[in-house]
Amino acid sequence: MSAVLQMTDVSRVHGSGATEVHALRAVSFAVRPGELVAVMGPSGSGKSTLLTLAGGLDAPTRGVVEVEGVDLAGLGNAGRARMRRTSIGYVFQDFNLIPALTAAENVALPGELDGVGAKVARAAARKALDEVGIGDLWDRFPDNMSGGQQQRVAIARAIVGERRLILADEPTGALDTETGEEILRLLRARCDAGAAGVLVTHEARHAAWADRVVFLRDGVVVDETGSDRADVLLDSGSPR
Amino acid sequence: MSVKQALLALLEEGPRYGYQLRAQFEHRTGATWPLNVGQVYTTLTRLERDGLVEGAGADAEGHVVYRITEAGRDEVAAWFTTPVSRTQPPRDELAIKLALAVTVPGVDVGRVIQQQRSATMTALQDYTRLKRRAAAGQEREDLAWSLVLDSLVFAAEAEIRWLDHCEARLRRAELERPETLLEEILADEAEAQAHR
Repeated sequence: MSAVLQMTDVSRVHGSGATEVHALRAVSFAVRPGELVAVMGPSGSGKSTLLTLAGGLDAPTRGVVEVEGVDLAGLGNAGRARMRRTSIGYVFQDFNLIPALTAAENVALPGELDGVGAKVARAAARKALDEVGIGDLWDRFPDNMSGGQQQRVAIARAIVGERRLILADEPTGALDTETGEEILRLLRARCDAGAAGVLVTHEARHAAWADRVVFLRDGVVVDETGSDRADVLLDSGSPR
Repeated sequence: MSVKQALLALLEEGPRYGYQLRAQFEHRTGATWPLNVGQVYTTLTRLERDGLVEGAGADAEGHVVYRITEAGRDEVAAWFTTPVSRTQPPRDELAIKLALAVTVPGVDVGRVIQQQRSATMTALQDYTRLKRRAAAGQEREDLAWSLVLDSLVFAAEAEIRWLDHCEARLRRAELERPETLLEEILADEAEAQAHR
């Protein structure tokens, strides 16, 4: 099956000359439909860079990022923005909900921005909220919801409209263990239903929900579990 | 491992024969520590010798049934009310391996750490998969098994955190090494000269 996300030889360099920082170095990375891949590494290892590049929020210095077979570099800013509204779902540690909008309005927003009629977008939002188990809270404002409920709204917003790629950056970081586990269960279920997911986390017990765990060090993939590549990568030498 | 106390505790629920004891033990601990039936009967023989269990005849199919004695009940009570000893840490092969890896010359410690981290993460993924499957059960025995799984999850998680910690400490130690500093100073010097 072809990959939903395909990164090929992707590098990202910030600055130049003496202050040059190599956030990612020639990383190749693919996520297929139905797969949840966790990315682990210490701070500064390139985890978040990888995620922003995968979501088209930033462009690589070298290499190619393709989502559903489309090269993001060839899309232009407007095309990438459209891709983010329709094919890519984001979940952040701090939920990033708009406080002045209800749960349903938050979830419907990407669709409405994309020109889908308000009625259709709201119906899709209610369905997505049902799917994450908080359909009855659709008219609540974020301030009147618990952290776990807010993160469920964020997940509904990330999956609304059958998005194929879900990118989650420490989605359980602000939640207690049990609530965090429920969020992982939802991500897992969405991937089991055919989406492709990338989960950036520093917690081993959360990464363990993934099919594969990729280890980043200094912008390089040094190893991964659940893959025959592990030995090859180790033999080619870690960056130490 | 306390097979002796575990079997006694099971016998406190009522008389049983060897196969039943093994099945119950594995049901509650998820076959994490498999017991062979020979081990069960050897232990029962020893328990009988020590007066902690006694033979209670055979059932209709001819299985030799054992029941717990008063001394056996005291032993079980003492087991549950005494903490597991921490005075002598169990031999930890990984800690020993790393202690030697950082001191024996020529060992790629980074690789030792990463290989272990991948292996432990794979185990943690397996436990998590089992947990997802086990979560549905409502029986007390299912709870027992899921707690054993949690124990494995916590241990694997702690090991990965410790490996991360070792890696960070090693990196810091390498940065602080005088020869590394010297190399850095020489590199800075060369760069400064190039700019002049």
